[in-house]
Amino acid sequence: MESARKRARINTIIIYVILIIMAFIMLVPFVWMILTAVKTNQEAISVNPFYIFPQAGWHWENFLTVWKSYNFLILYKNTLLMIFFRVVAACLTATMAGYAFGRLNFRGKNFMFSLILIQMMIPSQIFIIPQYLMVSKLGMLNTVAGLVFPGIVTAFGTYLLKTGYQGLPKDLEEAASIDGCNIGQRFLRIMMPLTRSSMVSLGIFTALFAFKDLMWPMIVCTRAETTTLSAGLAKMQGQYGSDYPTMMASAVLAIVPMIVIYVIFQKQFVEGIATSGGKL
Amino acid sequence: MEKASKSKLTAAQKTEARWGWAFIAPTMLGLIILNFYPVINTVYQSFCKTGDFGRGNTFVGLANYVQAFAAGETWHSIWNTIKYALIEVPFGVIIALVLAVFLNRKLKGTSAFRTIFFLPMVCAPAAVAMVWKWLYNQQFGLLNNIFHTNVAWISDPKIAWISIGIIGVWSIIGYNMVLFISGLQEIPGDYYEAAAIDGATGIRQFFHITVPLLSPTTFFIVQTRVIGALTIFDLMFMVMDKTNVALQNTQSIVYLFYTYAFTNGDKGYGATLVVILVLFIMLVTFAMQKAEKKFVFYN
Repeated sequence: MESARKRARINTIIIYVILIIMAFIMLVPFVWMILTAVKTNQEAISVNPFYIFPQAGWHWENFLTVWKSYNFLILYKNTLLMIFFRVVAACLTATMAGYAFGRLNFRGKNFMFSLILIQMMIPSQIFIIPQYLMVSKLGMLNTVAGLVFPGIVTAFGTYLLKTGYQGLPKDLEEAASIDGCNIGQRFLRIMMPLTRSSMVSLGIFTALFAFKDLMWPMIVCTRAETTTLSAGLAKMQGQYGSDYPTMMASAVLAIVPMIVIYVIFQKQFVEGIATSGGKL
Repeated sequence: MEKASKSKLTAAQKTEARWGWAFIAPTMLGLIILNFYPVINTVYQSFCKTGDFGRGNTFVGLANYVQAFAAGETWHSIWNTIKYALIEVPFGVIIALVLAVFLNRKLKGTSAFRTIFFLPMVCAPAAVAMVWKWLYNQQFGLLNNIFHTNVAWISDPKIAWISIGIIGVWSIIGYNMVLFISGLQEIPGDYYEAAAIDGATGIRQFFHITVPLLSPTTFFIVQTRVIGALTIFDLMFMVMDKTNVALQNTQSIVYLFYTYAFTNGDKGYGATLVVILVLFIMLVTFAMQKAEKKFVFYN
């Protein structure tokens, strides 16, 4: 018994060592990003592993310089607006369609739902050229509307919400229908509030996807003042790729808001990804 | 009486159908305009030659396909994409599985570790790629300076694909891990108790209980990640400059598609490449569905 306990303790120590090494590997890029951001370029390119921390002072003002010279405020605004409209539109259309597919009976339902499943299996790259041509024809290049455009409906979200609605008990709705509520009232007052966790999952998924997406904003918003954080970074790298502290400061500015939101709403993020299992 | 109740039922059904169609209308219309029409349009364009300024599409039949299959770079990019997937998928899955098993134990600090491992998932790949490019920098990068090496991590054609694969693994571990943890929590504890009574310990429990019972989750992750890896773009676009000598040996098929369709403005040829990609992915998906029946253990 004594030896078994000893072995268990050794196992625990080994597990911790592996976890700590992995955590270290995961964190190094982030730490190096911040440490480089506060150095002068001269110091950044004279890197010496024994001088990991800035020797010539911590230049926190680098962030301010980058903030001003690349107009980060506009990038934040564009990204935020894109995320906001995509989340609202996706949640709205998906919850309605999800309710209809999950709770109502009507002819043609199965065929329509099979279209949803088919869409989920098609890689989204095949949509991009015609979507771009549409946005271009509609005069929405370099606008927030253009950024939002392909994300206003979601097959994946409809599927997710349909599953959510199907899991709700039947008698709830029957009781309401006896009370004289019509389908619209039943949906709005009783059913929709009950699928809140699925909606949160979809919202987080949509927001993360929009935030991380690079190709679409690069294509439709080519001007620096109309684009998003991701595509803005690509632009900056193209122009100032060898000014490393500037690059790292921009990268930090681009990811910090989402990291803060993630740390605050960690539980929802992790559960949202685990339950939706969407492809990011 | 009978007739009246029947027609009443039909009226109720009619109302329900009207609501149903009204509720799905926005989504279905959106999908038709934004997704289904574009598929048909892309396939059509893949048979066309794009004139200057994207105008004057002329039907050229299979010419684009002949050109694509004759071009070495197409095959090269498909092979590059497969090579990337061969790094990202197995390593990303196995490391994530081990971490998930560790974090599923009742240890102190597991939530802190989970937060850290998941962190890359909430970062824009553009930013992730920038910092890795800096770490990989041959002259001033942290890696070469710490290990006292002089490796051209991202411009040596022989190793650039591995370097990009490492970024991919680093980025995806947390996502796979979270899915594994939720899969692990669905395995009933009695299996492990029974195994412990029979004297099966840690590693044997892992291979005889965890691995088979987790196989549906594993299959789901592998399938999503294979498709994700085959459509890799962001990391490569940000890490590999147009002037990088290793570009030919690393660029993925989506990168090539982007270059033709949007940098060069040749939508027709770009459409051809993306159709080839989708056919390729459908083939892989089909093969995986076949494999599912063989390898996945459903309780």
